[in-house]
Amino acid sequence: MSDVIRKNAWVAGLVALLAVLLVVTKLIQPTFGVSGLESIARAALPFAFATAGMAVVVIVGGIDLSVASMMAVCAVAAAVLMERMAGVPALLIVLALGLVMGFLNGALIVLTRVPDIVVTLAMLFVWEGVALLILETPGGAASDWLEQSIRGSFLVPGIPNALVVTIICVAVVWLPIRRSKLGLSIYATGSDELAAFRSGVAIGPTKILAYSLCGVLCAFGGLSLAALTGIGEPVPGPYLLASVAAVVLGGVVLGGGRGSLLGPLIAVYILRIIRTILTLLAFDPNVTTIIEGVIMVGVVMLGTAAMMRGAQQ
Amino acid sequence: MSLASADSMMVRVGRYLKDNPVVPLLLFLFLLIGLLEIMRPGIVTPYRAGRDGIVSMFWVGNLIKFAIPLAMLAACQVLTMLTAGIDLSAGIVATVAAFVCATLSSIWGVAPATIIALLTGLLVGLVNGFGVGIVRVHPLIMTLGTGLITTGCLQVYQRLVINAGSEIPAFLAWLGTGRTLGLPNGLFLFMPFAVFILWLMRFTGFGRLLFALGSNEKATKLSGVRAWQVYLALYALSGLIAALAGLLYLGMIRQTSLSLANPLLLPSVAAAVIGGTSIFGGRGSFAGAVVGALIIRVLDTMLTLMQMPEGARTALFGAIILAVTAIYVRLTDTR
Repeated sequence: MSDVIRKNAWVAGLVALLAVLLVVTKLIQPTFGVSGLESIARAALPFAFATAGMAVVVIVGGIDLSVASMMAVCAVAAAVLMERMAGVPALLIVLALGLVMGFLNGALIVLTRVPDIVVTLAMLFVWEGVALLILETPGGAASDWLEQSIRGSFLVPGIPNALVVTIICVAVVWLPIRRSKLGLSIYATGSDELAAFRSGVAIGPTKILAYSLCGVLCAFGGLSLAALTGIGEPVPGPYLLASVAAVVLGGVVLGGGRGSLLGPLIAVYILRIIRTILTLLAFDPNVTTIIEGVIMVGVVMLGTAAMMRGAQQ
Repeated sequence: MSLASADSMMVRVGRYLKDNPVVPLLLFLFLLIGLLEIMRPGIVTPYRAGRDGIVSMFWVGNLIKFAIPLAMLAACQVLTMLTAGIDLSAGIVATVAAFVCATLSSIWGVAPATIIALLTGLLVGLVNGFGVGIVRVHPLIMTLGTGLITTGCLQVYQRLVINAGSEIPAFLAWLGTGRTLGLPNGLFLFMPFAVFILWLMRFTGFGRLLFALGSNEKATKLSGVRAWQVYLALYALSGLIAALAGLLYLGMIRQTSLSLANPLLLPSVAAAVIGGTSIFGGRGSFAGAVVGALIIRVLDTMLTLMQMPEGARTALFGAIILAVTAIYVRLTDTR
């Protein structure tokens, strides 16, 4: 019971922080309004999906360093396919591609018994190479409706479409699983692999499914990248460190078993708004990158320190 | 019965590989060179193509020349991997050192520029060491983060010195491109460096501490070792080595760019892993990594001859790292 309260307290704290940051933004830039929110939500799309995928594998007790590369593969695949065929089948193919890549990551981890961090480091390069093989230079074209789907706010008045799309996609993928036996297995495996194994959880398949889920979420991330830029870019973006930082800030413990997807998603918006504030304060964009990097490393440091203290208790 | 004997055979092969990784690696290297000769007759042995000489000194010199910076960056990976770490900021540190040296040389002169370039490497290394040793962040995440921050700093720095122009110090160009007796001058830097690393790993207390921390961190700490000091020194050293490799690479390429040595990062990890260094700590050899770097360069030549696209190469190196690690895990039954 107390655990539930603490978890909700963390999410509530994040919401409060988000609100404070929004007020600060409004104070700095009085004209900040719906359109500002909309651009933040749009820029946060790929980060949100990368973070959601990362959160799932961190909850199962692993880590996936290949998220950014998988997103690059999906983005170029989407851009290439949508140039040649109808949008909906292309979209489904890209999602299936994400699923297959995630499945391969998980299967390799389980079969080779090499730690997650090493396997996904190697796969980071493999997927990066695959993205370059699909498309050597930025190119292709995303469907218009895909680009339109994340612009404006016509679905729900006042709330940006990009935010609605994020919530719907993550909810459709995650909520049914969270409520099912698989969700329970994921949390059980993450919190204590041996105990989960002895209580009859099939650890291998659970891990593989968690990585597959991460792959699907990365496919959404890749699609959003294609939608944002209108083309496919084969070079992975800076989503790996950002997703780890957001996952840690969102209250998911590195090491697994605790946390939800809601906290990390709020954390993504917090990190994005900090960037907006820095931009509004007229910082050089490169300096902004440095500050952002320092904040992210700092967050991960604090998270690690908290985990070490938790392990000692 | 047959299964058991096959199993013990595997374990014995594994133990042999563990103790002498250089022997099979050298065999593998010569096998690859043989394959290369078959693919393109005359590339290694000019007499078959109607020219003079049994072994082309030019080709051997080139192979060594391009393997040297790779082997130096692989030293960063070997040393950090001994403690179950990794240094993913090495490529960026090398790039920054090269860029800083080239731009400052035209402003302040060569000697201060070189020293400042090495100091930037040391600084990034110290930050890594602080994160890994004192805050206990996973080395992979920490070095990735400092790499990102360093890239940002490099971009800001580039805007500051954009009008200053750049100059490649003459002694670096001599080291990077000159030849003595057919062998690249880079060896003048690399031979003492390699001897130093081998000495450091085998004959010093620091080297033994690295092996000890990688084998069993808890036991090492309980025997009174202040682990954070070792990590701090280790990552600082790794940063310094990366900066040195960057300077040499600058002399070799004779051009500045914001991503000069970044593509060397992945091959350097691959060279260390191929060379028998365990990514899980406690086992590794720099000699193996040097042979690993040579193997990578020969492989690279083969892939170029086969006209493999860049993407296939990247993917292949990733697959090599994974395959070799998986084989080591199977053979030695360690995690």
